[in-house]
Amino acid sequence: MTRQPLTASQTVGPFFHDGLLCAELHRNTLAPAEAVGDRVRIEGRVLDGDGQVVPDALIEIWQADHQGHYHHSGTDDLPLDIAFNGFGRTGTDAAGAYWFETIKPGRVAFDENTLQSPHICVAVLARGLLNHLYTRIYFADDPANAEDPVLRRVPVERQRTLLAQPDSEGGAGVVYRFDIVLQGAGETVFFNI
Amino acid sequence: MTKNDSKQIDQAGTKMMQTIREIVRGDRDIFPPFLYEAYKSTIRRAPRMGLVDVPLTISELTGPGPLISAVTPEDADLTRNASQGAEAIGQRIIVTGQVLDEYGGPIPHTLVEVWQANASGRYIHHRDDWPGPLDPNFIGVGRCLTDANGVYRFQTIRPGAYPWKNHQNAWRPAHIHFSVFGQSWLSRLVTQMYFEDDPLFFQDPIFNSVPTEDARHRLIARYDHEVSSPEWALGWRWNIVLKGPQATPFENNREVQK
Ligand SMILES: [Fe+3]
Repeated sequence: MTRQPLTASQTVGPFFHDGLLCAELHRNTLAPAEAVGDRVRIEGRVLDGDGQVVPDALIEIWQADHQGHYHHSGTDDLPLDIAFNGFGRTGTDAAGAYWFETIKPGRVAFDENTLQSPHICVAVLARGLLNHLYTRIYFADDPANAEDPVLRRVPVERQRTLLAQPDSEGGAGVVYRFDIVLQGAGETVFFNI
Repeated sequence: MTKNDSKQIDQAGTKMMQTIREIVRGDRDIFPPFLYEAYKSTIRRAPRMGLVDVPLTISELTGPGPLISAVTPEDADLTRNASQGAEAIGQRIIVTGQVLDEYGGPIPHTLVEVWQANASGRYIHHRDDWPGPLDPNFIGVGRCLTDANGVYRFQTIRPGAYPWKNHQNAWRPAHIHFSVFGQSWLSRLVTQMYFEDDPLFFQDPIFNSVPTEDARHRLIARYDHEVSSPEWALGWRWNIVLKGPQATPFENNREVQK
């Protein structure tokens, strides 16, 4: 088949809230009581190149369940009301802050012989971003990070921008902080996907 | 998900890695740059360090698209979904087209979300405070799923142009914002649809951030008389092409068809 030219991206703009964050589509609690796995809460802020908070960003996440499996299927006959589906969407508030309550994902296959370290895929959209940005949240206290085939492709000095740090205030292993810096010192690593 | 399904994905993970090479990364020649100074909001928000190349994995080749299906037929009719009992004011239009993968295959049953200004160019949003009149019968939000042939269809009213403060006498050309998932995380797209013959393209940095004439052209809906409904609404047609193949390799354990 011949390649079709792609449709270009445009900014989500400042007025997406009613369209993308109405009650049914605002999902920052991913794990209902019956979902299996370790509960984690991700908290962070989105910051611009001046260190100013970004109060109008849209954050979407996609992650595997506690076994490292994605609830993805092209078939329509699988039930969709499964306890954990791995998709989250929220906006930043006036302080540039966002949060998700979810479960820590399991290790996802990389290839036949290798597993990835637990991670959450992130897409960042905002006024001023003509394309959305892709990044990943890893858990700073997970020893599997050292062997993660994606993280290892990131320059060592920038890897920490992908590590959510356990927040001692929130209880060990429960709350993780993950700030997203769009530009400048400490700029988050974004992927070419 | 049954144990059996999980096993299927594990096995398919291997097959998937063999097909990754065939999936072409987003064609940066037709996407806007991150930094486009004429659009002032990009100056402090565009990353400057360059995107990092990483291998695509099962994480990027799966996605939430097939999971989100909570829509009703009323959601696709923006002329009435404000639920105030009356119809929105403005030129009634039908906007339809196909959602396709980059090999031209239709993407069925995927969520398409839209939002737009009303006929006077005003959003119902606390940050939109220019003196265009609001319409109580128009909330400017809609969604639908594509059908088995990848076709989406909305009934709405033609949005007005609106001013913004990016530059002197700046006006956004009339547009409808679109959000589409497609089948995988890498196929995610948020963009804007424009209307042909809009006089405001020349001064709009968001539209003009798209680097090639062809790619800009593909953001513009065409008037289509076949779509127009007699004594009811004018028809516009616009197709959307997403990154990636429609099928991820482990669906039904088929190889990706190219
Ligand atoms: Fe707009």
